[in-house]
Amino acid sequence: MLATLGKRLLTVIPTLIGVIIVTFLLTRVLPGDPAIYFAGPAATPDSIAQIRKQLGLDRPKVEQFVHYVSDLAHGNLGNSLSTGQPVVKEITSRLPASAELTLTGLIISLLIAVPLGILAAVRQGSWIDHMCRIVATAGVSLPVFFTGLLLVYLFYFKLGWAPAPIGRLDAFSTAPPQITGFYLIDSLVTGNFDTFLTAAGQLILPALTLAVFSLAPIARMTRASMLAVLASDFVRTARASGLTDRTVILTYAFRNAMLPVVTTLGMVFSFLLGANVLVEKVFAWPGIGSYAVEALIASDFAPVQGFVLAMAVLYVVLNLAIDILYGIIDPRVRLEG
Amino acid sequence: MTDTAVHATPAAAKPAGNSMLRHARYVVAENPVTGLSFGLFLLIALCAVIGPYLVPYDPLASGPAPLSPPSWQHWFGTDQTGRDIFSRVVVATRLDVIIALFSVALVFAMGGLAGIAAGYFGGWTDRIVSRVADTIMAFPLFVLAMGIVAALGNTVTNIILATAIINFPLYARVARAEANVRRDAGFVQAARLSGNGEFRILLTQILPNIMPIMMVQISLTMGYAILNAAGLSFIGLGVKPPTPEWGIMVAEGAANIISGEWWIALFPGAALMIAVFCFNLLGDGLRDLVDPQRRT
Repeated sequence: MLATLGKRLLTVIPTLIGVIIVTFLLTRVLPGDPAIYFAGPAATPDSIAQIRKQLGLDRPKVEQFVHYVSDLAHGNLGNSLSTGQPVVKEITSRLPASAELTLTGLIISLLIAVPLGILAAVRQGSWIDHMCRIVATAGVSLPVFFTGLLLVYLFYFKLGWAPAPIGRLDAFSTAPPQITGFYLIDSLVTGNFDTFLTAAGQLILPALTLAVFSLAPIARMTRASMLAVLASDFVRTARASGLTDRTVILTYAFRNAMLPVVTTLGMVFSFLLGANVLVEKVFAWPGIGSYAVEALIASDFAPVQGFVLAMAVLYVVLNLAIDILYGIIDPRVRLEG
Repeated sequence: MTDTAVHATPAAAKPAGNSMLRHARYVVAENPVTGLSFGLFLLIALCAVIGPYLVPYDPLASGPAPLSPPSWQHWFGTDQTGRDIFSRVVVATRLDVIIALFSVALVFAMGGLAGIAAGYFGGWTDRIVSRVADTIMAFPLFVLAMGIVAALGNTVTNIILATAIINFPLYARVARAEANVRRDAGFVQAARLSGNGEFRILLTQILPNIMPIMMVQISLTMGYAILNAAGLSFIGLGVKPPTPEWGIMVAEGAANIISGEWWIALFPGAALMIAVFCFNLLGDGLRDLVDPQRRT
């Protein structure tokens, strides 16, 4: 197991190198001149030249790249122009908000999509199968920001069940002391149930939006892979041996059908991390997505670059975690590795 | 050029055309949804081509009655400055379709050709193309698109470019796999023996043969391209505010949702949804037509 893990970790290295090269290219080689960005709108040619020198942009590209990598190794992503804060500090302080939102969305989505997919496969051709297909097709067609707004209109304006979309807490609550940065966990650990309820209330709509968005690929894949497994010989044997439907479906078929679903999670994460940006904008969620959007609008490039890099690294790590999970679910993968 | 193509698949051409048509009729009859999606597609194409000449109001002109709900005068209501939302939604079709169309054409040219070359030549070409595709896939795609637009500058052209780049791996991989299985096919060897150069074979033998599968890919990614472009303009990139575009119109209506003016965001959002839905269904239908084994 450890050797497999080590080998898998080694394959991450070329990917990370690629990611770092691309983020470097995004600022330095492409036609947009970062010196003009940093100099601001009222810049003279002189001040641009000065900034170019200051940023080291007059050096050869290779030297710039070495400089960039050594900055990264020291955890330095530059400073934000609009707030003056180091980008690394702002991103790490906002990351828990995004992580809490994304994970909650994913968990809700799994809780709905996996049973739906299983039922659709077991009762193929029934109303639940058709519902699964409609959900799957509608889910990929709905723009995530639009779903969010519809939910706000319905549950906040019409029904009044959900609070206003104004971030992680309402105006009367204070944030729980920082332990994990996840408000739900922190407030429970410190025994502050009022804050827990408020945080959960604020979280539910954005998380649901993300869930609707990621429902489709998971449900579709669960259904397809359950269908394939249910038609296989070992399931037939299990049925012939007189095992109950429940045992056959949940113990025999489901465990084997999980593998392609777990693989799909990689793609789902790619979608989720992107959708996160849009959902954070709709719900004024103070995560790294809205931070990047604010910086984009202000042409403040360092935070955007830091954000893209952070998301890419996060995504690489998530894919690694999925591969490890794959090995835990399926012993055959472990042996092959 | 056409000569070699005909010689490569002799005799089979005419019956194949007929059975294809029969097969198409069968697929449409089997799945009426494909027919529906084709109808929607015609509607979208119509809006994009002649929509701007048909709409009742100037999409940019402010009117006397801001924020009025849908009525006989304004089918979809009016926005904050009294502009007619119906006119704006219809006129926006052209821009959204153009963005998606250009980005898909661009990625087809880049990713498709790179993928064919990778699959056909193998070796270094393959390694470089696959590595580039892997690196792009290492990013959450929407995030990469944001980064590209931020770096290149905030214009519609760059939105098209960014959307094309993030779709590159999809096209390159499909084209690579398809070209790879055909590199030593009989008709390719025949073309090689009759003295055609490698690039000529690539363009006249391999490319036409993988076209049907690439068409499916194009239709499937059109919807995604529209979503992606609308998402970028929703966060304020690309299209500038007075211009009618679905993503930005939803963004303009977002603030009014919490005070109950639902129509400003709803109609452009619904148009967006219908367009994406239509292209996804069309892609599924085309796939059934081209590749019956993968039918769901």
